[in-house]
Amino acid sequence: MIKREKRRYLALKVETEQPISEQEVFSAVQESVIRLFGEYGISKANLRFIKYIQENGQFVFRCSHVMLDNVRAAITSIISLNGKNVTIHVINVSGTLKGLNKKQKSMIS
Amino acid sequence: MKQFADLHLCIPTGNLYQTEKMISKASELGYSLVAIPFPCYVSQELVNNIKKVCKNIGLDFATRVNLSPRNSNELLQDLRKFRRKFEIVAVRCFTKDIARHAAKDRRVDILQFSVTNMRQRFFDEQEAELASQALSSLEIELVPLLQLTRFSRIRLLSILRKEASIAERSKVPIILSSGATNSQLMRGPYDYASLVALFDLPLSSAFRSLSLNPCVMVERNREKLSPDFVAPGIRIAGRKICD
Repeated sequence: MIKREKRRYLALKVETEQPISEQEVFSAVQESVIRLFGEYGISKANLRFIKYIQENGQFVFRCSHVMLDNVRAAITSIISLNGKNVTIHVINVSGTLKGLNKKQKSMIS
Repeated sequence: MKQFADLHLCIPTGNLYQTEKMISKASELGYSLVAIPFPCYVSQELVNNIKKVCKNIGLDFATRVNLSPRNSNELLQDLRKFRRKFEIVAVRCFTKDIARHAAKDRRVDILQFSVTNMRQRFFDEQEAELASQALSSLEIELVPLLQLTRFSRIRLLSILRKEASIAERSKVPIILSSGATNSQLMRGPYDYASLVALFDLPLSSAFRSLSLNPCVMVERNREKLSPDFVAPGIRIAGRKICD
């Protein structure tokens, strides 16, 4: 039996002077992973955009757990997006969306 | 809980607003100790102001000086003048001679090498052996990894990979610091640790370089700078006032 791939959910906070769309953030992360780890790396990362949480302005992404550190490094290395200065911080990482929500709530409280 | 340190926040010290902004950002990101490099002849008032800002935010603060000597004689002169004035002394090694002298001098805490000119990176096995005997640390700044692009980043990564493996083999403590000049270049300790994976340093070593190594170094230097210090392991327990 083939083992199911383990995933990690990342909550990201984007700091920028101008508002930025989900698509822009996702493509910036994708481009950064390709730049650092190539097409093989991005295929292993299995990167997906999950949702945007409006209350705290955070983006939730999903990736493969084997590529977590690499995806995190790629996210850290982003300093500009379409000529705008941006900083992307990884706020939380969890194995499930439920766990991620729990962590977010405990952080707020 | 781990205590993280960023020993190289390049803040323009004259601008107190910017200083406060970056220090509070460091606290927000999870650092508990920060060090700011000062010019050699800095006024005590400025240092006290920044200390006060850090205290209000709840951060530990260490003073640091980056020496850039032109030859080994100048290095010795600078060390004689400034060692007791700052908690951390870093030396930028522009020549091999300076690098060797700095590595074997116990007064030097941190060895720094150029991030733009790869011919000026002199951290090899011999340098590592000298540094490990004198308890000097190798500093790796992480902001250049964010700023550099394409071939210059590739070159830097390959050199850092080599230097990190030499340092690990020779047991030279590695110190990871940001070298951030503004708050947009600042990242949390976990993000920096993941960035270190790019030059094949294990995650456990990365965390050690961000927390244990810098904290131990600052602690050791503070003990040495205290008036009660006599020699390593010997300190004045009490003073008797004689009439």
